[in-house]
Amino acid sequence: MRESSTPVIADPDPILIAKNVTKHYGERIGCEDVSFSLWPGEVLGIVGESGSGKSTLLRCLAGIDRPTSGEILFRHEGEPISLFNIPEPTRRKLMRTEWGIVHQNPRDGLRMDVSAGGNVGERLMDRGDRHYGKIRRSAMEWLTRVEINEDRIDDRPRQFSGGMQQRLQIARVLVPEPRLVFMDEPTGGLDVSVQARLLDLLRVLVRDLGIAAVIVTHDLAVARLLTDRLMVMKGGYVVEEGLTDQVLDDPHHAYTQLLTSAVLAA
Amino acid sequence: MTMLQHDPDYNFGYLDEQTKRMIRRALLKAVAIPGYQVPFGSREMPLARGWGTGGIQITAALIGPEDRLKVIDQGADDTTNAVSIRRFFARVSGVATTEETSEASIIQTRHRIPEKPLDEGQILVYQVPQPEPLRKLEPSEVETRKMHAWAEYGAMHVRLYEDIARFGHVATTYSYPVMVNDRYVMSPTPIPKFDNPKMDDMPALQLFGAGREKRIYAIPPYTKVKSLDFEDHPFTIQSWTEPCALCAATDSYLDEVITDDHGGRMFVCSDSSYCEDRRAKGHIGKELAVAEALDYVDRGEGASHDA
Ligand SMILES: Nc1ncnc2c1ncn2[C@@H]1O[C@H](COP(=O)(O)OP(=O)(O)OP(=O)(O)O)[C@@H](O)[C@H]1O
Ligand SMILES: [Mg+2]
Ligand SMILES: [Zn+2]
Repeated sequence: MRESSTPVIADPDPILIAKNVTKHYGERIGCEDVSFSLWPGEVLGIVGESGSGKSTLLRCLAGIDRPTSGEILFRHEGEPISLFNIPEPTRRKLMRTEWGIVHQNPRDGLRMDVSAGGNVGERLMDRGDRHYGKIRRSAMEWLTRVEINEDRIDDRPRQFSGGMQQRLQIARVLVPEPRLVFMDEPTGGLDVSVQARLLDLLRVLVRDLGIAAVIVTHDLAVARLLTDRLMVMKGGYVVEEGLTDQVLDDPHHAYTQLLTSAVLAA
Repeated sequence: MTMLQHDPDYNFGYLDEQTKRMIRRALLKAVAIPGYQVPFGSREMPLARGWGTGGIQITAALIGPEDRLKVIDQGADDTTNAVSIRRFFARVSGVATTEETSEASIIQTRHRIPEKPLDEGQILVYQVPQPEPLRKLEPSEVETRKMHAWAEYGAMHVRLYEDIARFGHVATTYSYPVMVNDRYVMSPTPIPKFDNPKMDDMPALQLFGAGREKRIYAIPPYTKVKSLDFEDHPFTIQSWTEPCALCAATDSYLDEVITDDHGGRMFVCSDSSYCEDRRAKGHIGKELAVAEALDYVDRGEGASHDA
């Protein structure tokens, strides 16, 4: 039980609201009629088997893909703005400053031919920072926070291990101090021991910064460690949702029972 | 100078009138949006690739019988490239040509801006091999257009950051990117960064043509042009520890010239017209006599060296 780390939700207004979000790929359902609210400082997990629509939903929430129907509201300067009813440049700007996306594959989130410092610093330069020394200091601080040695600041991501690349991606996403982060299988493709350290790091960072997060995973252990609330998806639909511990310890939906027992059996 | 006849086998200025109008429309749009790359229907020109057909098409679309054309390549009027382009225009338009910067109404250039400040009424036409300053960072044309449209230029500073991190300073010395009119990041073509400050607030009209990439862009007179930099690593231009060996200029861009095969070398103005002009006014560099003996410069050009 991790009651002690459950955040106090002081803010009465959600930072993100999904209303009947539906995404179809032609005839095929990506996700169907998903609604929820996310409050500042809260960590929401999305679990479900392969093909259940987790990434599809995340891409809509993060402003990457336009839903077929439904609405996504992000609270910006006190006002809820509808993510796909604003001009694309405004949305792109929010994507770089107000929230960040940690991709499953570091290649999708990093510039592989730019140094680690440049990768982290880019987000600061995007928002207009023009002091080299300060940008470099921030990059160094963030590398340290994600446990990459400072003397690797001028190395390129391709000289890094998979776990280091993933930590670098996290530093790049967190450096502009976003209010919301999206992570798609952040520990996917990593060794178990590397995964455990990364999870620990993520937990500390998310708690320290008080940012809200949506984390997609098919790993229930990851969900238990990192998330406050959980949504279980199947065939594009959300079949169960609630506080993480409740969902995992006392699943109501037959599918969730199957999922949790599969973990117990493993 | 006498007015020459243009070759009657060609339309005046080589291009047909419809093509000229199309290029002029692109030019007007370019002038209206300083630094913005305007697509245009680039034509084949009877010159080898890499000879800057974009700039040549602009000149062809603008030139009139009253114009006086100067053509420079790497600052010099007498390189093969400059001579060929000058001959081409003399033949297809019959206009007068000149080497004197202040006499020219149109100056077609590759790799340099003349040292002598340009005036209102003059037009500087640049030949552009690669118009897209973001290309090295972003291979997709769709994406670079969005980056320009929404002024998403953070990645441009990443390039400068990488230079400083690796070399301690920005190592880019040619094609050093500029911000035009506080709006568009633009490639100044491969001129040395030494010339960048001349673009700022220039009284003359600056036009840029990229033939292969089919783009035209412009800087209208008296427009703000700022070289990108960091607050704590401000933009600087190249400097030399010695003056021009021929004319003693200390304010011009110098080329290194090898004078013999025992490692002898000297630094001379890359702008040959500027250098000659100074020598004609009596400025004498410390190697001028040596250069004359080597026939590197014409004897008798410098007023004080007349026999
Ligand atoms: N670009 C696409 N074009 C067509 N169908 C797609 C596309 N992306 C996803 N789908 C389909 O949408 C459904 C949901 O896929 P999605 O990638 O969201 O699943 P997921 O839960 O993230 O799975 P995984 O755990 O394997 O990553 C699947 O049936 C998938 O085949
Ligand atoms: Mg997925
Ligand atoms: Zn000189």
